[in-house]
Amino acid sequence: MSAIIKAENLTFSYPDEPAGHPPVLDNISLEIEAGSFVAILGHNGSGKSTLAKHINALLTPTQGKLWVDGLDTSDPDNLLDIRGKVGMVFQNPDNQIVASVVEEDVAFGPENMGVPPLEIRERVDRALKMVGMYDLREHAPHLLSGGQKQRVAIAGIIAMMPRCIVLDEATAMLDPVGRRETVDTIRTLNEKYGITVVLITHHMDEAAQAQRLIVMAGGKIIDDGPPKEVFQHVETLRASGLAVPETVALLYELRKSGLPVPLDALSDEECAAVLAGLLRP
Amino acid sequence: MALKDITLGQYFPGNSLIHRLDPRSKLIFTVLFIVTIFLCKQLVSYGLVLVVLLILIGISRIQPKAYLKGLKPILFIVVFAAILNLFYTPGTPLWSLGIFTITREGLWKAGFMVLRILMLLACTLLLTYTTSPIVLTDGLERLLRPLKKVNFPVHELSMMMSIALRFIPNLIQETDKIIAAQKARGADFDTGNLMQKAKALIPILIPLFISSFRRAEELAVAMECRCYHGDEGRTRMRQLTMAGRDWVCILFSIALLAGVCVLRYFGL
Repeated sequence: MSAIIKAENLTFSYPDEPAGHPPVLDNISLEIEAGSFVAILGHNGSGKSTLAKHINALLTPTQGKLWVDGLDTSDPDNLLDIRGKVGMVFQNPDNQIVASVVEEDVAFGPENMGVPPLEIRERVDRALKMVGMYDLREHAPHLLSGGQKQRVAIAGIIAMMPRCIVLDEATAMLDPVGRRETVDTIRTLNEKYGITVVLITHHMDEAAQAQRLIVMAGGKIIDDGPPKEVFQHVETLRASGLAVPETVALLYELRKSGLPVPLDALSDEECAAVLAGLLRP
Repeated sequence: MALKDITLGQYFPGNSLIHRLDPRSKLIFTVLFIVTIFLCKQLVSYGLVLVVLLILIGISRIQPKAYLKGLKPILFIVVFAAILNLFYTPGTPLWSLGIFTITREGLWKAGFMVLRILMLLACTLLLTYTTSPIVLTDGLERLLRPLKKVNFPVHELSMMMSIALRFIPNLIQETDKIIAAQKARGADFDTGNLMQKAKALIPILIPLFISSFRRAEELAVAMECRCYHGDEGRTRMRQLTMAGRDWVCILFSIALLAGVCVLRYFGL
């Protein structure tokens, strides 16, 4: 597998910030494999959204470089190519839907890319089927639920046939049902269609579903690895203001009081099995 | 506040002959029909145009009640115009009381004026009732495309129109929310004189403006992310095609216009 996103010594600070202020992104080097499901976890102001905006060339590095599928984001000529390769889903579902009919909105991206009309039709139908919104294709977006709107937004990205989707806190404004809908949709896209997913979130349970978890604080990457490993570093996470999943928190307390339990039981079932093992003589 | 009740170019989905016409031919028809209405002079031409309009309304298979509802908001203007024409037209007096005199000519003119205003609105209602806003903007963009040669921003204009239409329901929801939030803080929108009532709107309008700007910025970023870079190299999923019926519709509106011109020549 090859890296689809590669950052080298990426540093970014906003131009109007006073000198001496720490940069928003501080010397980040990172590689994301094509086809992987990566979660980026961090507190408000940790720089995770700024990093996401770099992947789509909405922002360009002050120092260092970022490549998307070998294309340098600092080169303005690459802009449209990069945006065709990396799609982005934002937090507020209302403010990213352009058209007043679902299928028209999904068609917006391919239309901008100059895809022939008949192929747009095919792509739109396929994308809507992939997110399970095909039956509602002629609806008005404002009549949909939050989760449905976010799925339309995802379909709008898929129709552009990108290699990677970045979700910038795309579940933050949704209710639990809408969150589950959205996360299930992106997991299917990753598992069935091999689309690279970068999920930016501050929800532990969503981050736990990724293959790889990157933790950011103060513009730096402070931890990087499979979720089971990362969540064992309870002190590091807590020090940067992040909570660990409740299962891990429970096991952590048990271990502190001297019980020999592992810390890598993330799901409720795994945790229950560990506890059952303890209780059984 | 009955914000939910506003109808802005309300569209009634359907599958009548008029629904299936290309938006371009419907737009051309509407423009020519409006010109035709203005060219009507006497009973025969008014009658002809009225009959055509009523037949078209019948073909649209939308309940006449909907049209009547659409005509209601201009009732005041209609009555006002009728009264003015009734009393201020010189001619053979029929009835008079003090300074008020109704003339035979005034009676005719008032009748024609009422008919003209109602027909003008009814024919635009026919267009907006049978054409979804998004299709209408599309049609307008294609029709105005030649103006691009003189640097008229046709695409930008139609994009703005369709985004405005898209966000109307959101802004209405938001306004309702802000009103509720301000009421919860003790704001009073219902008492006081006109000036005080107008002032009470400020705490609604300012948050609405701020959030609209924020929305606009987020939308712009999202559009950029989806490769939006204006008109250049952009294709459309929906292709408009002119069928035989569309040419018939355009020819018919030209014929009607010519017919009314002839009638006008003969003073009918």
